[in-house]
Amino acid sequence: MNNNNYIIAHCEISKNGVYKNGQKIFDGPAEDVQDILLTIYQHLNLNYPKFYKMDSLSKLGWLASEVLLAGENIIKDARPQDVGVILSNANSSLDTDIKYLHTVQDFASPALFVYTLPNIVTGEICIKNNFKGESAFFISDALDAAFTEQYVNYLLNNNILQVCICGWVEILKDNYKAVLFLVAKATEGTLFTKENLDNIFNRQTL
Amino acid sequence: MTDVFIVSDNITSPLGTTSEENFVQLKTGVSGVKRHYNESIYPHPFYASLFDDDSFNTSNGNMPYTKFEQLLIASIKDALQNTEIDVSSNKTILIISSTKGNISLLESGDYDETLEKRISLTTSANLVANHFNFANKPLVVCNACISGLLALITAMRLIISGAYENAIVAGADEITKFVLSGFQSFQALSMGVCKPFDADRDGINLGEGAATIILSANKRYAGNIKLKSGSVSNDANHISGPSRTGEELYQVIDKALKDAGVAAADIDFISAHGTATRYNDEMEAKALALAGLNNVPVNSLKAYFGHTLGAAGLLESVITIQSMRNDTILPSLGFKNAGVSQAINVSEEVMHTPLNNCLKTASGFGGCNAAVVFSKY
Repeated sequence: MNNNNYIIAHCEISKNGVYKNGQKIFDGPAEDVQDILLTIYQHLNLNYPKFYKMDSLSKLGWLASEVLLAGENIIKDARPQDVGVILSNANSSLDTDIKYLHTVQDFASPALFVYTLPNIVTGEICIKNNFKGESAFFISDALDAAFTEQYVNYLLNNNILQVCICGWVEILKDNYKAVLFLVAKATEGTLFTKENLDNIFNRQTL
Repeated sequence: MTDVFIVSDNITSPLGTTSEENFVQLKTGVSGVKRHYNESIYPHPFYASLFDDDSFNTSNGNMPYTKFEQLLIASIKDALQNTEIDVSSNKTILIISSTKGNISLLESGDYDETLEKRISLTTSANLVANHFNFANKPLVVCNACISGLLALITAMRLIISGAYENAIVAGADEITKFVLSGFQSFQALSMGVCKPFDADRDGINLGEGAATIILSANKRYAGNIKLKSGSVSNDANHISGPSRTGEELYQVIDKALKDAGVAAADIDFISAHGTATRYNDEMEAKALALAGLNNVPVNSLKAYFGHTLGAAGLLESVITIQSMRNDTILPSLGFKNAGVSQAINVSEEVMHTPLNNCLKTASGFGGCNAAVVFSKY
């Protein structure tokens, strides 16, 4: 299929640090995950009180989306219904599921229960940016680059979306990694192919 | 454009183990929702549609599959019967839809890496795929209460784009302490059998079940009902509360109708999400009004099956397909007096009428909405 879809920007938040387009922008101290997420939030000078209510998966994915979208004008120019968020991970919301279940014995926490679905992170990203296009969450053992390429190309090539944020947001206990891609019809950038997705996903962790 | 045909389907619920059995039960007004008092999953009496303790249990020693996986296997097995779909062909894909899968295993305590792997939805999907000897790696959709419809839409797109010829789309969820306590913490559970769209509605019932729909582009199925279109949106409003305007659900209804090449006036019946919470049903009524669908008969099946979560979109689609095959609209159980701000046509009795184009919608946590159109032509 004729592919005019390009990776306009990409970012990573992992134990290696915070990266935008392959450039390290912050080298977070690798101790407690909660501390790391808060440190990144503070380092980026973000001011979004909802952040403090989010679970770890949403904090991670939302922070990654802020890094990804900073300075990207294509987002400002797009209509809300033309921007979508397609994410995946391996362990769904298990990190928060465990925390929620601990509360059930005494007083089940509705504030935690709502986060026991992995697609809440897509909702958080959509709320912050007023994205009203398609959002979806898939589960796979590792980033399924072939499926991501196939699915996002379908959305863009059929004009279901004009801009798509896609990628991987995973957190479980001390392990975390988010890699997001900003993809759109364009004339320059990195061609949106499964090979390039895999290259970007794996390169920075070597 | 490639036509996507419904080859076969199944519902495995407390009301029956085939689509036909379930449809007959509904037609005679039978509900699976009953009062339960089981302290091992909830400290107080509650209303839900649950399998009895002897069904799909794992206490008989050698059973390698959990209840969740047994549900999927039973549903897929029945749907595959009497079809010529070759699951071992590389042209066939399995798509699994669930919200919480094997979460009950977490309730047993003793968390370690083995349990972590066992709970993973991909582990279940692979076990089910291997059970039937699927050639391709299965896909897993986990997107709150629209999971079932999103799985169907994903399958349709993969078929239209030529990646696969056939898709087996199966969804299931189990009602556990985890899920019950969560919905109770939101004070979202009804004190009786739920009443979608009714003035006195007071919350949802939860329900267990599995459902499967098999799709194919193969021309041998020409003449079968088609999955014509599907659309997905996000409210971008609130993670646990629906849109105040219904604008974003309207957006997917409008897109699905346009993609199907039908007008609002061509829609003969709507299978709504209808959870029987105050805010959801109100939002849906607003969306239907925006779409000009006020007069089209609409029902919710939640008072028959409860909210079957990751299975709901599929299970309710199967009943829609059965309704179309029988040209029969089922009443929206639990509805007596209109309780939403927009005048909508909630179905109150069994009605025999030609059903050529039908709309199915769903909405869920995270602000997600989905709509699909099924057509005979």
